[in-house]
Amino acid sequence: MSPADSDKTFRHFDQELSEVRELLLTMASRAEEQVRAALAAVKHRDAQAAIHTIEADHKIDALEIEIEERAISLLARQQPMAIDLRMLVAILKISNDVERVGDHAVNIAQCAKRLAEAFPIASLDEFDTMAEDSTGMLRDAISAFVDQDPDKARAVLLRDDKVDRSNDAVFRVMLAQMAENTNAIVPGVQMMLVARNLERVADLATNLAEDVIYIVEARTIKHHVADHELEGEHDQ
Amino acid sequence: MSTIRVTAGGDAALETRDVSVFYGSNEAIKTVSFEIPRNKVVALIGPSGCGKSTLLRVFNRMNDLVPTARVTGEVLFQGEDLYADHVDPVEVRRRIGMVFQKPNPFPKSIYDNVAFGPKINGTGGDIDAIVEQSLQQAALWDEVKDRLSASALELSGGQQQRLCIARALAVTPEILLMDEPASALDPIATAKIEELIHQLVADYTIVIVTHNMQQAARVSDYTAYLYLGELIEYDDTNTIFTAPTEKHTEDYVTGRFG
Repeated sequence: MSPADSDKTFRHFDQELSEVRELLLTMASRAEEQVRAALAAVKHRDAQAAIHTIEADHKIDALEIEIEERAISLLARQQPMAIDLRMLVAILKISNDVERVGDHAVNIAQCAKRLAEAFPIASLDEFDTMAEDSTGMLRDAISAFVDQDPDKARAVLLRDDKVDRSNDAVFRVMLAQMAENTNAIVPGVQMMLVARNLERVADLATNLAEDVIYIVEARTIKHHVADHELEGEHDQ
Repeated sequence: MSTIRVTAGGDAALETRDVSVFYGSNEAIKTVSFEIPRNKVVALIGPSGCGKSTLLRVFNRMNDLVPTARVTGEVLFQGEDLYADHVDPVEVRRRIGMVFQKPNPFPKSIYDNVAFGPKINGTGGDIDAIVEQSLQQAALWDEVKDRLSASALELSGGQQQRLCIARALAVTPEILLMDEPASALDPIATAKIEELIHQLVADYTIVIVTHNMQQAARVSDYTAYLYLGELIEYDDTNTIFTAPTEKHTEDYVTGRFG
């Protein structure tokens, strides 16, 4: 029942759409690198690296604007339908979310700057786990977008709760340290802020994964619309 | 495999049951069964030659005028088969009106164009009132009320098309069939016709054939996609244009094929 491949029409639209997708991938990869660089600056107490990360954010902002302009132009001029429409609408939302990932990287880098000058505190297993999990979610959500793989996207969604729990754990441990030692108050607050920003990065990775499912399956699963689909697999 | 998700819930304005149309030995419509809900706009879309105009013509027996055409199956209108022996095709065409691609007013006055149907049918009543009401409904009254005796051929293409709609409405049909009603019109006249469709659907059921997918997306409640005489998918318009079920439909609405 499907039309023969020989009937397929060459579409200039495909070329333009694939260019916008490439731009989005570049932007997302940069945002992921920025988060990793900011975390490295936290770990190594490297104020210079933190400043470098903060200064690099404008490249992500510029990409967001270019993607937005090209996507809006395609919507206006090509009037896409069905999967093409879903893809373009998702690209607009994802670029907005990725820009916010970049902003969180800047926030983390600012914390790194302050931490470099603050009383040193011992590294925290809970924090390292959280950093690994949230950046991993972002990497895998981007990969799900590249492969247009809804299963990979679903796997990302299932990991958000763990990051939330790690955030709570970092908060608790830091509070305890700050209660014991007043020198830990300044760096402790900064670490809490870093954790809070990482938790938001994981949320944005979740949004990206939800958008991949929307593109491929035309189903909206955000705001737990389809919570039942994940039940049973959910690691509560 | 066809996907049909529209049911009229017992309130179908029209229903086809296994309708096939043959031109000689060529089967132009292949056992199509679907329902057209009352007071809704249904768009028929598909590539050239898919049978959408043929299917539209089934609904008011216009195919009777094609000597080689043969229709099988049932077309139910208010519970009665339009193709039953005792049914008068002229009466069918009064109750199920049609507007064509190219505006085709009679070479008469604006008034006579609209009054023609009611006079022929002996509808009775106040013909002036019918003419005014029909022109009002077709959103043309304000533009022509001071020159009703002028020739219809003096009107612009868009006005002529609205006059043809007024002419169809004057005989109080229940259903309006529109075959590419705006394809010969400029964008402003097209917008007027589309706005008119939105207004008319409160009182009429409308079936529209269009090549313009954006137009189908704008004006219709439900969309049926046909290919090589088969009904491939029939669903609410939003679904057809954002998330069609059939790959075939998706390839067509995204312009990958057709």
